Order: sequence, then structure tokens, then C-alpha cells
Amino acid sequence: MKSIKFQIVAAFPGSRGCASGAVRGRIGRLVSCRALLALALAVVPLPARAQESPYIVTYDHYLEEPGSLEVEYFSTFGTQRGGNDFHAFWVEFEYGATAWWTTEAYFDGQTTFNDSTIFTGFRWENRFRLLQREHFVNPVLYIEYEQTSADKILKEVEGHDVEADYAEPNALARQDYDHELEFKLLLSKTFKGWNVAENTIATKNLTGGNPWEFGYAIGASRPLALKASAKRCSFCGENFIAGVEMYGGLGDRYSFGLHDTSHYLAPVIAWNLPSDGTLRLSPGFGLNDNSHRFLLRWGVSHEFSGFGAAISRLLGGRP
Amino acid sequence: MRPTIPTSMRFTKRNVNLSNFRFDPNCICKRHLSAVVLFMNMLLNLGRATAQTSSPPISRDNSVYAELAKAPRKAVSRRNPLEMDPDAVAAGGKLFAMHCAECHGEMAQGGKKAPSLLAPEVQQAAPGTLFWLLTNGVIRRGMPVWSKLPEPQRWQLVSFIKSLSPATPPKSDGENTAHP
Repeated sequence: MKSIKFQIVAAFPGSRGCASGAVRGRIGRLVSCRALLALALAVVPLPARAQESPYIVTYDHYLEEPGSLEVEYFSTFGTQRGGNDFHAFWVEFEYGATAWWTTEAYFDGQTTFNDSTIFTGFRWENRFRLLQREHFVNPVLYIEYEQTSADKILKEVEGHDVEADYAEPNALARQDYDHELEFKLLLSKTFKGWNVAENTIATKNLTGGNPWEFGYAIGASRPLALKASAKRCSFCGENFIAGVEMYGGLGDRYSFGLHDTSHYLAPVIAWNLPSDGTLRLSPGFGLNDNSHRFLLRWGVSHEFSGFGAAISRLLGGRP
Repeated sequence: MRPTIPTSMRFTKRNVNLSNFRFDPNCICKRHLSAVVLFMNMLLNLGRATAQTSSPPISRDNSVYAELAKAPRKAVSRRNPLEMDPDAVAAGGKLFAMHCAECHGEMAQGGKKAPSLLAPEVQQAAPGTLFWLLTNGVIRRGMPVWSKLPEPQRWQLVSFIKSLSPATPPKSDGENTAHP
């Protein structure tokens, strides 16, 4: 486990309270390796397969291609009134088990400035496509199990989540564990290049007698160009997808509604690189007094096509 | 001699209380690792099974093309709006190399996972049929839906596929189809 923690620390050489002088050299080497790897991935002339949506919080109905593994890194910087600003981050491993089932593991952590950097937990999510073909609206069922503590990634906002919940110092916040089951109904439709997606969230914290909590996320996006150009290119309009998403809480079973909830509006843009990678950027703005004023999210992902077959061959199976 | 398991490691109704279960990052024991390995194995086997169902030997199993016949009449009758576009085939070739060649083969000759697109069933199909199939995929055989590609790009792919013939290997914009 230490190595995982170490790598998370290494991802943020500027973070405070985590990198002792003894390990700084190794961190430097790791960072250099990461930079070299990123550079190699960006410039190696492989055909791009990624056609990723720009959303960071909202899900559309498209699943990972069967046998492909997508490795993603995301980061959220958030301002905090009544506490220290924070930088939360997570790594996702998304695998297309079949054309109708995608499974995904998350590992996340956070740095609270002037406090510490901690590993905050893991999630395991599964998405199941419910219908065989495309319809007017396409439903996907999302089921997630998570164990987190002092989590600040704000991957979804639900119930009465408000900014003040994130103001506690890490030492105090990590004494509480969330042990949750989360269900989402993802509805999405693509029409004339526009994708419109809506997610309804229901969460049950299995610790204590917490009630069901609810939330939502909606998004719309469109590629900057609908036709592909005849030549390979990095900066063509077809490689950029822009949009906007909005998400927030809807209270809980006993107090459903917008009272004491937080909401965000975030423009999003994705750049599908010619090397199977995708960059995403999303500045988010709190829409009421309960919300963080500002969230800056960005992410990078890389897809490994044929990963399942390669591993299968490695283990001596038939590809 | 049968090994004895300490009481603390046995799963009994009394000591398994999920609500008190906490993830301890300092303890990744053999049981966790075994569970992860088992799950990975299950996923890979499932992937392999999917690949097998989606890849019967094409010469022996023409049922892979049966899906083409399921296209609704309205979809079949749609005309390719990019039929006269001189760049459509080249752009379609680029898209084919990006999204399709991995399963259908660099030359669209078919592979273990997906059938040949040079087959008469595909080449004789109406453009509208191919567009419909691209849009809807064949989920149970492992082909994803491609409606995430905008309509013009799907039509560009159709143009490219229709430009192929069994005698001539696919050509597009130079290097594009050279990549898997």
C-alpha cells in the first residue's frame, strides 16, 4: 500500500506536508519518468481511437469498448471558505468487459493546503447498458460501491452536501468513514452531433442509519466539427468536444428538495489527442451560498485497446 | 491433518458485520489479493467468451451478417448525403483505422473478433443499412454502438466501406490505414 501512497504523493511535487527530503530525489525521478511517458504517449504516431465525452461528472450512455482499458487521472482544485483550499485527485481504471458492461476502479486522495496529503479511499463502479439498440433515450444502470474517508473529489454531489462539510482538518475528517452504495440511472441521447445526458443519483450510506440521498447531473456537448477531415491532425475541430454540465444535491428521503443543497455549473472541453489520449478541462462555479465558489478540474486519459486479449495471451489463454 | 483456522478469521454471522467493515490501507492481506485475482480472471474469461461468440470462423458462419437484414425499411432507404463528397472515402479510411481496424482487420478482411467487410453481404448492402448497423451496433456479438460518432462521420465510414472490394485492398489517405 505504501507504494500507492508514494505514487500519489509523487504526482504532486508541489503539495505540502507529504514529501520528505529523503524521498525527494526518488520523487524527482518518478516525475521525470511520468513526464517522459506523457510526452511519448502524446507524440508517438499511433492512430487515435478515443472519442471521449468531455464530461467529468455526468455520464452519457457510451461504454468502454470491449477488451479496452482506459486509464484516467483527474484532479480537482477547490476553494474553501472557513478552511483551507484543497486539491483532490483520483485515478480510474475503466475496462470494457463486454459491449454492455463496463467496470471501473477508482483510487482517490486529496491534499488540503497547509494541512496534509492523504489517501481517501476506493470505489468500484459498474455500468450496464439496458437496451440492445439505440433508442430515443438510452438508459444505462450504474452501480457503485465505495469506501472513502475525508474524500474531496466531488465526483458527484448528493443529499445535503455543502461547502462547510469540507472545512474540517484532515485529521478530524478522516475519522469518519463513508461506506456507500450508489445507484444512478443514466439517460442519454445524441442527435445531430449534440449529446444530452441526465443522471439521477440515489445513494445509501451503509454506516449508521443514514437515509437515502439524492442528486442529479445533466450535461450537453457537441464536437466543434461534425465531419472528419481527410488527413490526420491534432488541432482539427473534430478532435475537440465542448459542452456544459450542471450537478447538485436533491436532499434526502426525509427532506427532498433544494433546501440546504449545493449546485454547480461547469463548462467542459475535451481534446482527443492523436495518440489515444484525451485531455479534459472544466472550470466549475458554485451556484448558491452552500457551494464552493470555484472548482477547477482537469484530467488526462489514455486508452489501451486490446488490453484484455493481450493479458489473456500473457496468461496463456486464447486471445 | 486438517489445518485449523483461527476463530477471528472465520466468517460467522457474529463476526461479519458489514456496517462496521472499514478499509484499512495498511492491511492488504492474501484474501484481498485472491479476490482481486479471481475477479480479474473472471473478467478476462468473460472477455474471451465474448470474443468467441463474436468471432466464429467467418467462412463457416454467415449468421454474423444476419443483423444486416434487421435494418428497418426506413433506415435502408436513406441515401448517403456524402456520396458525392470527394474527401469522404479518405476521411472514412482515417476513421476506419481509428475505430474499426482493430477488430475488422487493417484491410477490413475480418479478424477473430469481427467479420470481413469485404464479404458480398456487406458490399451489396444499401448504404442506409450500413449506417443503421454502425449506429446501433450489435451489442450481443460485441460490436459497440457508434452513435457517438457524429452522423457525417458515420456516413464517411459508410463511403469508405462501400469503396472496398474483395479484389482491391482498402486505400485511404496514405498512412492512415497502415495503422491497426
